[in-house]
Amino acid sequence: MTDAMPVGDRKPLAPPVDETGPLGWARKNLFSSWGNGITTVVLVAAVVWIASWFLEWALFTANFTAATGAECRGGGACWALIREKFRYIFFGSFPYEQHWRPLFAVITMLAMLVLSADRRMWNWRLLVIWGVGSFVTFLLMFGQIHIPLSLILFVALAGGGIGLTLRSALAAPSERMGYYALVGIGAVGLVLRILGVLPSWSIAIAPLSYVETSLWGGLPVTLILATYGLAFAFPYGVLLALGRRSNLPLIKGLCVGFIELIRGVPLISLLIMASVMLPLFLPSGTTIDKFLRAQVAVILFAGAYIAEVIRGGLQSLPKGQFEAADAMGLNYPQKTLLIILPQALRVVIPPLINTFIGFFKDTSLVLIIGIFDFLNTANQALVDPNWAGFPGEVYLFAAFVYFIFCFSMSRYSKYLEFELNKGTRR
Amino acid sequence: MAATARDLSKVESVIQLKGVNKWYGQFHVLSDINLDVKEGEKIVICGPSGSGKSTLIRCINRLEEHQRGDIVVHGVTLSNDVKNIEAIRREVGMVFQSFNLFPHLTILDNLTLAPIWVKKMPKKDAEEIAMSLLKRVRIPEQALKYPGQLSGGQQQRVAIARALCMRPKIMLFDEPTSALDPEMVKEVLDVMIELAREGMTMLCVTHEMGFARAVADRVIFMDRGEIVEQNEPEAFFANPRNERTKLFLGQILHNH
Repeated sequence: MTDAMPVGDRKPLAPPVDETGPLGWARKNLFSSWGNGITTVVLVAAVVWIASWFLEWALFTANFTAATGAECRGGGACWALIREKFRYIFFGSFPYEQHWRPLFAVITMLAMLVLSADRRMWNWRLLVIWGVGSFVTFLLMFGQIHIPLSLILFVALAGGGIGLTLRSALAAPSERMGYYALVGIGAVGLVLRILGVLPSWSIAIAPLSYVETSLWGGLPVTLILATYGLAFAFPYGVLLALGRRSNLPLIKGLCVGFIELIRGVPLISLLIMASVMLPLFLPSGTTIDKFLRAQVAVILFAGAYIAEVIRGGLQSLPKGQFEAADAMGLNYPQKTLLIILPQALRVVIPPLINTFIGFFKDTSLVLIIGIFDFLNTANQALVDPNWAGFPGEVYLFAAFVYFIFCFSMSRYSKYLEFELNKGTRR
Repeated sequence: MAATARDLSKVESVIQLKGVNKWYGQFHVLSDINLDVKEGEKIVICGPSGSGKSTLIRCINRLEEHQRGDIVVHGVTLSNDVKNIEAIRREVGMVFQSFNLFPHLTILDNLTLAPIWVKKMPKKDAEEIAMSLLKRVRIPEQALKYPGQLSGGQQQRVAIARALCMRPKIMLFDEPTSALDPEMVKEVLDVMIELAREGMTMLCVTHEMGFARAVADRVIFMDRGEIVEQNEPEAFFANPRNERTKLFLGQILHNH
């Protein structure tokens, strides 16, 4: 500070002209030296060459209208195959004339996901969105839903229990009585049902023809496996992560054991266990739907991975946050839900979405046990002898659909990070 | 000073420590601590680092567990019973060296959280109390900001207001000004002095000897896990009796 001009009187100067504008930018970033200039030219040439070759194949010489595979041969990409097969690729063996059902199921699920992505919905509305969305989705897919009495009783018990735990501090006495009533009705009813006092009665909602899960296929299967897999695996993973940090040795041991066991085996082996070995252990006569078994396997598997991601977030919090919450007299659930998790989850958004993207794609492993997810139906479309010989087109198309979903998740991750850290940035 | 004029012998004790011992592994961090804190009394605890002074006050609200001896807070003896611990924590406010505000909540939410969830106070009442406390620590205009947007001194004043929001009977301060830039120490001390003058029972671990002179009824010097010496501030600073106290005071007063 030896300048003649007194500090504080200096005017801010504009940046040097040759560093602004598109030309300045290009000079600074692309052609700052001979080496950089050559690299730029070579890379641009390579990109142009590959892109022109791809466009030639995929667009200019492509065949969109051929009626058979033979007509398609010789030119560029055979998109006529996709045109011919797209309904099978998207909806699998679902009865052909009923394809509007999986179509609307997919639309419902996408609407549900898009709505719940909005942060303003993160309250009781989320429950409504998922309740209605899931009901519509499964009603469309199954065509008929039977709600057994025991499930209603179980929901009453669980709902009352969750209400009591989460709202214990805030609920008015009348609201609390409501939860106690729910728990009471649920518990007593379930006991009576198990003892056989209550009949096995169920509500039937059956507006459409029944389609069993073995006929499901394509995009709805991938979406259901991924959406519900992750929706259940997430809270489960949170519990596992908290359990792993518990002071109670038994809980900690169980959580560590589960996580390490699941992480130690491939998802495929877990799926095969669920599809082949589990039925051997069940009493004869009882069957659990194969789709449901695969869904549970995905949940367990994803849960273990999500738990480890969340544990990373829990460990990143300074000890002072726990101490401050303790010193205020917050109890464990309050401390966890109000102080610890909101901060820990914010930290792990990128790795968490990374895990989600990984699992969205990993659901395609269910083809091992004969479930026709999107990749598998695409694969099956190649089997038709009339259209043999165009695997590139089909896999490119499947890759494109996967990419749309995964890229959306990736963008959402960025948005969420920005949105949640709005206030805490300086 | 104001403090020395009061006769505390007839006032009720609010905190009693009897033969409290604590070890970290083999390290004897608190050895045979006996301490009686009267209602409204202000105590400053000082001592070299590692002397156990922070551990001592952290034992009072069970952030640390002592292994032997009894700690009685407001007639409740500390035990492993969670209800018991939570009951004591409702009566005892704490301010930390590193503020420990919740960064994901606004200042106002930081203040109202405990009253709403622990005391089950209606949100509107809690916000009224919070705003009046923010006025008292002179930053009501920051209520809707996040902790990361405030200076260190402001954050520590918020932390004090947050503790006061629970209407505690006792306040513990664990080196509240040690993490602050020098120009911010005074704004925090001013708030603490005001609080002391209003009659709050306070235990402060601090090296701010000016603060001790201004408000303390008693200064306690700890070293190697023991209470080495305690006295009224005038006497404590003018003629320390123990060699270790003299050495310590020589070191810290030399730096100021």
